[in-house]
Amino acid sequence: MAEILTLRDAVAGLVHDGDTVAMEGFTHLIPFAAAHEVIRRGATDLTLVRMTPDLIYDQLIGAGLVRKLVFSWGGNPGVGSLHRFRDAVENGWPRPLEVEEHSHAGMANRYAAGAAGLPFAVLRGYRGTGLAARTPTVAPVTCPFTGEELAAVAAVNPDVAVVHAQQADRAGNVQFWGLTGVQKEAVLAARRSLVTVEEVVDELRPRPGAVVLPGWAVTAVAEVPGGAHPSYAAGYSVRDNAYYRDWDALSRDRAGFAAWLAEHVRGGAPR
Amino acid sequence: MTRPGTGPAWTADELMEVNAARALAGARTCFVGIGLPSTAANLARRTANPGLVLVYESGAIGARPSRLPQSIGDGELADTADAVVSVPELFNYWLQPGRIDVGFLGAAQLDRHANINTTLVRTAPGRPDLRLPGAGGAPEIAAHCGEVLVVLRHTRRGLVPALDFVTSIGHGTGPGSRTRLGLPGRGPTAVITDLGILRPAPDTAELTLTDVHPGATPAQARAATGWDLRTAPVVRTTPEPTAAELAALRALKAGGAA
Repeated sequence: MAEILTLRDAVAGLVHDGDTVAMEGFTHLIPFAAAHEVIRRGATDLTLVRMTPDLIYDQLIGAGLVRKLVFSWGGNPGVGSLHRFRDAVENGWPRPLEVEEHSHAGMANRYAAGAAGLPFAVLRGYRGTGLAARTPTVAPVTCPFTGEELAAVAAVNPDVAVVHAQQADRAGNVQFWGLTGVQKEAVLAARRSLVTVEEVVDELRPRPGAVVLPGWAVTAVAEVPGGAHPSYAAGYSVRDNAYYRDWDALSRDRAGFAAWLAEHVRGGAPR
Repeated sequence: MTRPGTGPAWTADELMEVNAARALAGARTCFVGIGLPSTAANLARRTANPGLVLVYESGAIGARPSRLPQSIGDGELADTADAVVSVPELFNYWLQPGRIDVGFLGAAQLDRHANINTTLVRTAPGRPDLRLPGAGGAPEIAAHCGEVLVVLRHTRRGLVPALDFVTSIGHGTGPGSRTRLGLPGRGPTAVITDLGILRPAPDTAELTLTDVHPGATPAQARAATGWDLRTAPVVRTTPEPTAAELAALRALKAGGAA
């Protein structure tokens, strides 16, 4: 059964130096508060996995905690570049960043294989692109029934998955709805999982289109209202588009980013 | 709508966006990338194709946003969609089997066979590559949609003789490439820029200037292309934007309901 913990205790217990961590949420339900707690705790040498690194990984990369990034689209959605990510890749600042890149379809299937306990997934993808040649977790595979050559992508099984949901009950059963992304697959692919939630309720009311994760499939739940900000939690908050736009200027230079980190994350109160 | 002495009543970007929307006139379903493609697809729903089904990679199928979404995962996309599905489902069940008519993509670099680079740009020797966002959904959108439309601004930096990286395949190295690679869709059928429209020539699959927008010339388009751009025997001029098209586009970009 999932333990209901404070965010501080949950991150301390679940995220360790050198871990492979997947913080998922496709634009919606991005677990920013948990990432900030990882920064405060200083867990380092992380391999981060995520389809869209977004601002959440730009912040972790800029904080110098990331050794390797596994991803499929690394931009600031609707705005432009992720400057901390670019600075790490282009200039090795604050440390060199190894990258392993896929397409979205490939990453989604890697999580699905991980959740299914299979070594790889199959898709009709990557054909003719330059990605397969430089990404070792993509390889050709021949269909044993038709002879068609397809792409195999290696399963991803993170040490820890971190996601944000709208609700959990007191037994740690989790429910999230709206755009549900790849979070179910990420949690089921991972060895350990942390779900931050907007609120812990006495009883989960079924919602149309919701994903429910039984409490016994989740390691820890932490109640963190607003824990997805500046992304959003449908039914609780709206996306803070201004934050995403402002991030472009704020993160462009190293000093500005360092000042933001000191004031808003390292100086922030643990939850 | 050009008034003497006042210059045209629209911008080059508006010509690009209006013509990109017009290109969706016959489509039933469109897989929409963020940025210019999203502007075009949402404009099409307000002008040339009110019934167009918008599919966003965040999992929203049949989204009807009342304003231009800031990102492909805005809440309004889910709130207004016919169906909301997980990301693995979207790519595996909806895109991969060829259910989507048109994929609408942007590009950082595009070559003469409409192959796309959104991964990196090489700079001077010894200097680090410039990092771009990467593939996202584009490689499989380009492979599996019935056809692909590309929208980008017409510059020599964007329309290049050789890509620094092949992120998504258009027509490969020419005729027959897509068949050899086993790519089910027809690939790019039009590239809409702020100067005109390029289409693959039937015999060579090489992008050829078929249309210029009002006020632009073939010479201008050739000068803004990094390869020796061929022009169709007769280069048409796209119809001027109508008042209704411009009003819908401006309302959309101003963030108002339309």
